[in-house]
Amino acid sequence: MRGASNIFIIFLASTIRLSTPLLLAALGGLFSERSGVINIALEGLMLAGAFTAAAVTHYAGSPFVGLAAAIGAGIVVASIHAVACIRFRADQVVTGTAINILMTGVPALLSGAFFLSSGATPQIPQAQLIPYTPVVLAFALVGVSWYVLYRTPFGLRLRAVGENPEAADAAGVSVSRMRYSGVLISGALAAIGGAYISIGQSSLFTRNMTAGRGFIALAALIFGKWKPVSTMLACLLFGFADALQIQLQGVPIRGIEIPNQFIQIIPYVLTIVVLAGFIGQSRAPRALGIPYQKEK
Amino acid sequence: MRHLRELIFPLIAVAAAFVIGGIVVLVIGDNPITVFRLLVGSALSYPDGIGYTLFYATPLIFTGLAVAVAFRCGMLNIGAEGQLYVAAFATAWVGIKFGGTVVDIFGTPTSYAWVKLPAIVLLPLAILTAVVVGAAWGAIPGWLKARFGAHEVITTIMLNFIGIALVSYFTQYHYKAAGDPIMQSVPIGAGAHLPRLGSFVSGMPERIPVNIAFLFALLACVFVYIFLWKTKWGYEIRATGANPQAAEYGGISVRKQMVLAMAVSGGLAGMVAINEVLGYRYRYYDGFSANYGFMGIAVALLGRNHPVGVLLSALLFAVLLRGGIFVDAFAVHTTKDIVEVLQAIVILFVAAEALFRGTFGRFGLLKRSKV
Repeated sequence: MRGASNIFIIFLASTIRLSTPLLLAALGGLFSERSGVINIALEGLMLAGAFTAAAVTHYAGSPFVGLAAAIGAGIVVASIHAVACIRFRADQVVTGTAINILMTGVPALLSGAFFLSSGATPQIPQAQLIPYTPVVLAFALVGVSWYVLYRTPFGLRLRAVGENPEAADAAGVSVSRMRYSGVLISGALAAIGGAYISIGQSSLFTRNMTAGRGFIALAALIFGKWKPVSTMLACLLFGFADALQIQLQGVPIRGIEIPNQFIQIIPYVLTIVVLAGFIGQSRAPRALGIPYQKEK
Repeated sequence: MRHLRELIFPLIAVAAAFVIGGIVVLVIGDNPITVFRLLVGSALSYPDGIGYTLFYATPLIFTGLAVAVAFRCGMLNIGAEGQLYVAAFATAWVGIKFGGTVVDIFGTPTSYAWVKLPAIVLLPLAILTAVVVGAAWGAIPGWLKARFGAHEVITTIMLNFIGIALVSYFTQYHYKAAGDPIMQSVPIGAGAHLPRLGSFVSGMPERIPVNIAFLFALLACVFVYIFLWKTKWGYEIRATGANPQAAEYGGISVRKQMVLAMAVSGGLAGMVAINEVLGYRYRYYDGFSANYGFMGIAVALLGRNHPVGVLLSALLFAVLLRGGIFVDAFAVHTTKDIVEVLQAIVILFVAAEALFRGTFGRFGLLKRSKV
């Protein structure tokens, strides 16, 4: 026996590592949704970040250049969502779906063209992988997000346009500028989350490699009631479920093997339970999903 | 004139997709004309091109109709993917349990069945299962919205993952032949096989998988038209979608309509199982769907949520799906992923079109329940 504490530490580390991409994307979603723009495009934004980070790191040889490029890509893709939703007042859910479809196609198309592969980037050497930077960043950003949202004029305005855009507008706040900020921040953060998956946890990009983590991040955001600290706790819970699933794969407990599908669905079942109001109420920002039209 | 107006925006969206897609192809380093010729041209040959196009169109018609019916009630069903997976497994289950002896992957006759029903009973039972199970899985988010105000977009996304994981569990642990390396169920009984069009259309070889399910898809278009525009239920669903407050005033139970619309939507999505399980693979195959559920969103939007439009745009996307294979094989740099890019651009343009028209039909509904 190597001791229970040893296993505990390995498990804790694995939980934190697996929570990190969820947390980054969920905090991104927090900024977008608190400003009133639904962001089901988190999955696509993560894919944009994951692909760009891996492709640029391959060429530049430095994961930090790759990370910076990923942030840029996240912002560019998020701006498509922002322009469609804010400028053209398109349906935010439909637009988000389009972004997700676009981002399963574009990275695969580009890696096919640049690397002549079927949707994957070349392997990045171990030495060029990003260290724990995104992990530290993710957890530090929880505090930063809380401070920005609740203790700065920017945060107050952001929440105001998400709750009552008419009143915010009347008070002289530019609704569209705040919403652009929210959506673009979500692009940057989700892309860092994606980058950590491709050049941190893995060493290359593969087609659809985020595998639904953007949706789990969205679930964590709802489970965390659109609040930074609760969202972090939700991400840790879902990261824990993921770690558990990896540990239990094919390992019987007292002769019974727990199918990993049952552990996989935990975040999704919990989200539905919360949405239905069985465990407390999760209240969305009041103006979420409603395009704002300035009165003339 | 009215019909012409209905056509013009979808055509703009498709044209825009090809222009932007063409630029993407050019940047990648291929000739757009060559790529688009591969993408579209391969669909026109007989029998292979047309046969496969109709085969790919079949699931897209079902999912396109599914999304359209929900849309007409003011809801976005992103859950067609989960609904069709759950229905496909259930359909295969009926075909396995009531289908009698089959030949397993090692070529040995084996029976996994409880009983063997004659085809005349088994086929309708299997088809009914596809519809009913799809409808039940679709009704859950409708009920969650009606009862608790839980937004259908989030619940359908979650139910997709749950449904796909559950059927994958049943396949892996209970219905896979021992020693089969592929994640697929044991085969369904021969009595549950739907005939392929090749068995009665001259010049169409039977190896092409287009089957009777395509005719079911055409019937489903007619059904949806009659249901939405010629019945009281359809009228109430459309009234709910157009203006829920006014519908409620008019004595329509908005909550009931939401559950009904989502059940019909799920039932239509579930019918993909008829094509896939009963007409093509004759078993449940894990991960069979080429994102048919999500493509249904593009199909419905481009088809203006009308059965005729859905049929036409399903055919267009089927051409692209089929053409993607040829792009993969013959284009120098471009891969079949260009199809997803085109699809996304179409959705973006149709979504932003509200601006040009000044119609915000769906937004009224979003005020009441939120993501």
